[in-house]
Amino acid sequence: MEVMSFLADGILLALEPINLALIIAGVTVGLFIGAMPGLGSVNGVAILLPITFLVPPNSAIIFLAAIYYGAMYGGAISSVTLGIPGASTAVATTFDGRPLALQGRASLALVTAALASFVGGTVATVLFTLFAPVLASTALSFGPPEIFALMLLAFATFVGLGGDDIPKTVFSICLGLVLAAVGFDTISGEPRMVLFEIDGFMRGIGFIVLAIGVYGIGEMLWTIEQTRGEVTTTNPKMTAKGMMSDAKEAAQRGWKGTAIGSLIGFFVGILPAAGATPGSLMSYGVAKMLSKTPEEYGKGSPDGVAAPESANNSASTGSMLPMLTLGIPGSPTTAILLGGMVIWGLTPGPRLFIDQSEFVWGLIGSFYISNIAALVINLAFIPLFVWMLRMPFTILAPLIFVLSIVGGFAASRSIHDLWLIVIFGLSAFFLRKFDYPLAPAVLAIVLGPIAEPTLRQSLLLSSGDPMIFLTRPIAGPITVIAIILILLPAVKLLRRKKTFAKN
Amino acid sequence: MRQGEISLVGLLALFSLYLIWKSTELPIGYIRGQGPGGGFWPFWLALGMLLSCLASAWKWWRTQSPASRSDEPFMDAFGWRTLLYVGGSVIAFVGLISIVSMYGAVAVFLLYYLRFLGRHSWFLTLAISLSLPIGLFFFFEAVMLISMPQGLSFTQPAFDLMYDIIY
Repeated sequence: MEVMSFLADGILLALEPINLALIIAGVTVGLFIGAMPGLGSVNGVAILLPITFLVPPNSAIIFLAAIYYGAMYGGAISSVTLGIPGASTAVATTFDGRPLALQGRASLALVTAALASFVGGTVATVLFTLFAPVLASTALSFGPPEIFALMLLAFATFVGLGGDDIPKTVFSICLGLVLAAVGFDTISGEPRMVLFEIDGFMRGIGFIVLAIGVYGIGEMLWTIEQTRGEVTTTNPKMTAKGMMSDAKEAAQRGWKGTAIGSLIGFFVGILPAAGATPGSLMSYGVAKMLSKTPEEYGKGSPDGVAAPESANNSASTGSMLPMLTLGIPGSPTTAILLGGMVIWGLTPGPRLFIDQSEFVWGLIGSFYISNIAALVINLAFIPLFVWMLRMPFTILAPLIFVLSIVGGFAASRSIHDLWLIVIFGLSAFFLRKFDYPLAPAVLAIVLGPIAEPTLRQSLLLSSGDPMIFLTRPIAGPITVIAIILILLPAVKLLRRKKTFAKN
Repeated sequence: MRQGEISLVGLLALFSLYLIWKSTELPIGYIRGQGPGGGFWPFWLALGMLLSCLASAWKWWRTQSPASRSDEPFMDAFGWRTLLYVGGSVIAFVGLISIVSMYGAVAVFLLYYLRFLGRHSWFLTLAISLSLPIGLFFFFEAVMLISMPQGLSFTQPAFDLMYDIIY
């Protein structure tokens, strides 16, 4: 009951006129920043942090958290309408969101994303409200072996994502992981894999560079070549009745993905080293595995949009948990929020809930209000985003190229990275021609910087014995599931061969 | 397509070999007290790439992949033209950034694409080619405080004028 009373006070605080205005402004700004390829919640929160010194700390964190929420909703918009994931958290949304848009069903994809995000955010907020201290201590028991086992599980789901050609999928995963290793060895600090001795590689290869190259340039070239320049697949019509019917369809065909994403996203989100990207990817993989119609995934399944979108919102709420209760940021954005809290004179950690309960519960209350505001604002802007798809392709295509290049520079501030985007784009075009799945490479470059250090730390802990991943109580079962998933295609192939031989 | 696939596999195998060699610049084994060396992770992954190339070559040999069964040409004249006109224009776009600034390159690229590839009217072409770079300038320089490349010195008067407006 005490929790409910604190929560009621928190919601009342969030509903104060200044806080409500900041929530609406934050969500709207975040939505547009998140929709821009190359810019994500971290840019929005970092740029607007100085503005928050004009208002009290309670209102400041509410504003920044609203930007975070808005950007999470916004990431889906460029994934669906442009086919370019606006942020790493929205990579998996592209798999089914873009095919839906190409079928003229962008509205269904965007409505599904908005509703799933709302449910994911709300479920996570309820879990946050009820179990914050308990979950924080559970998350702390995840050491490097557990996190690596989780990454292994994520890679295992990639094998399922890549279709039938396992060698090509494995190549794509390994390529993404090697590209993530370019730059410096984080443990010894020595330069590593500086390809062709070009200094630009010392800075490493960012996820966004590969993602924009593959989806912004390669995918567009492929689409133009395949359709002979006459893309006629999008003719979306937007009416209030149509949106209602889309909402109904999203609820019917996307509930399962939403439920899976909401739960997996939250639990992956609270792990200090993980965050929304592995959460959204794993939710997509698990939703596909549990689906009765997995063949629909990748071709425009509402469940395939709902799972990653509910997961990334759920995880963004979850990642606030270690930040507030332990002072450990779960993502780059929460790291900036943490910095803001320190500047405002607050000390994150276990005492925060006791010493600054008004601040904490005001923030939790604002999660509920921000979620509702984000849903309403997002739905209101969907006609604008869908309108973009009505443009002739000969206008939309150059705009996508321009946003890719400009967004790529905004993210990395390096001409070297722009050339890499072009090289990746042209390579992706040729690889795509020969059925190489490229999504696993993009996802691997995101997870590589988490997987490698945790593997090396684990092996250091065990003096080089890989059994550490099988003998620990949490890591063991996760590793076993991952191994089964990796071996599953081989078992299927053998069974198919047996049946073929019998016939 | 059949010849194209094995050529691509060969190129990727060569790239994998290069990565294997590159990864050995740092220790690839276990160092007592320090754990796996810096080259350990990329070495095994690059080896994984090479092995998957060999598996792809085996599938090609057994004609198990769709491309290995296809007698069609890898790309027809339209495909090569697309790659040249569209892919080439993107390369030129990035090349122009260091000369005429990011915003100048955006304007030139849009002008070329909309007018010569899209065959849109001069009015629409000029409206989009001029308004989008200006919009992007205000968004990035004034709102997001991100400076884009300004090209060679001859673009400076235009930038000075724009900065006078926003500051």
